[in-house]
Amino acid sequence: MKNIHRFLLIFFFIASAVPAFASDEHDQHAHHDTHKKEKFEPGNFIMDHIADAYDWHILSYKDKHISVPLPVIVISEQSGFHMFMSSKFHHGHDAYKGFYIAQEGEFRGKVVEKINGHEVRPFDISMTKNVVALLISMIILLWVFISVAKAYTKRKGQAPKGMQSLMEPLILFVRDEIAKPAIGEKKYEKYMPFLLTIFFFIWLNNLMGLVPLIPGGANVTGNITITMVLALFTFIITTVNGNKNYWVHIFNTPGVPWWLKFPVPLMPLVELMGVFTKPFVLMVRLFANITAGHMIVLAFVSLIFIFGQISPMLGYGTSVISVLFVIFMDMLELLVALIQAYVFTLLSALYFGMATEEHH
Amino acid sequence: MITLSILLQAAASMAVAKMGAAFGAGLAAIGAGIGIGKIGGSALESIARQPEASGDIRSNMIVAAALIEGAAFFAIIICLLAIVL
Repeated sequence: MKNIHRFLLIFFFIASAVPAFASDEHDQHAHHDTHKKEKFEPGNFIMDHIADAYDWHILSYKDKHISVPLPVIVISEQSGFHMFMSSKFHHGHDAYKGFYIAQEGEFRGKVVEKINGHEVRPFDISMTKNVVALLISMIILLWVFISVAKAYTKRKGQAPKGMQSLMEPLILFVRDEIAKPAIGEKKYEKYMPFLLTIFFFIWLNNLMGLVPLIPGGANVTGNITITMVLALFTFIITTVNGNKNYWVHIFNTPGVPWWLKFPVPLMPLVELMGVFTKPFVLMVRLFANITAGHMIVLAFVSLIFIFGQISPMLGYGTSVISVLFVIFMDMLELLVALIQAYVFTLLSALYFGMATEEHH
Repeated sequence: MITLSILLQAAASMAVAKMGAAFGAGLAAIGAGIGIGKIGGSALESIARQPEASGDIRSNMIVAAALIEGAAFFAIIICLLAIVL
């Protein structure tokens, strides 16, 4: 079990954009030092890196593990409210007050308890790795943008300086290239706070997910619940701000022959499905792009160890090619981080524009 | 009779699901490749016709490529679900 932890963390470092040839040899060496040859499971390796976790694993060196334990907050049907640090689980080995981390089955990796012989999930509001990463990125965003806003009031009429001059072109980009063309000159200002927030939130979290060192390395935007909440916000704002024109376009689309609307309302049904599928696609697009990028990097790294199990020299050779591919994929992922933020914001702005369009 | 029992065995062991998922992922990659190839081609043509508009054309090309990739990723996720579930 501890060997897998050691391997996991050394792969973690290799998967960064820094060619880590030195640590490559180190872990091959360590592999030979152990007398148990644990089989390398690429599927579990990849899923463990993409999924959420109850502690933030930083480093493993020989037999020492350095990880930051996080609070586990659960409300059990049987025993009520519990809050304790995940270090009580001792990396998933021990149970604590009836709770333990399931090692396999449908609740793999999550806190469960045994009630009447069944493994059951308690109501789980723990501060997991993703929650902590969210809070960290929130603090960064608040710090940057509150200081930019204060700088605008303090330096009224003067040229921008420092962080202001970095953020100003980006904010103007969102306003002039995304909001104004999509929503129109008269109504765009109402939606600017939301559009700016999701643009920078998605971009920052995408970038932080690419950095393997703490506080980065948590797969935040690759978590479908987080993208679901973002898409839900877009959906709620579109529906609440839809004017009469918008609803007429959905239920009584102009220009469509009458027999598609009555007696069987085909066109209204299709349009109504469109109202729900558009935010759903927003959610899946962001989630799939980010998760797929991480999976590809992890798959290239696991290739090294799959080949390394056959023969060490094959592992060394594969590591050269693999690391080059990983660097290339990481560059591509940097581009994808920006593009996905841009596309999410642009489509949200387009939906707002369609919802508030006047009759022409 | 033998064929039926082979089919039943294949279906029960999820082998058919995995093969179907692999096929689906391949087809999704082909679809994305064709779509983005067409976008890239027409973008290059229009830049050749009007080099001043290359900035506008580039941003539109990237948006359209991201939307097509979204559809392809949809298919990939469904294929992954077919293997895992």
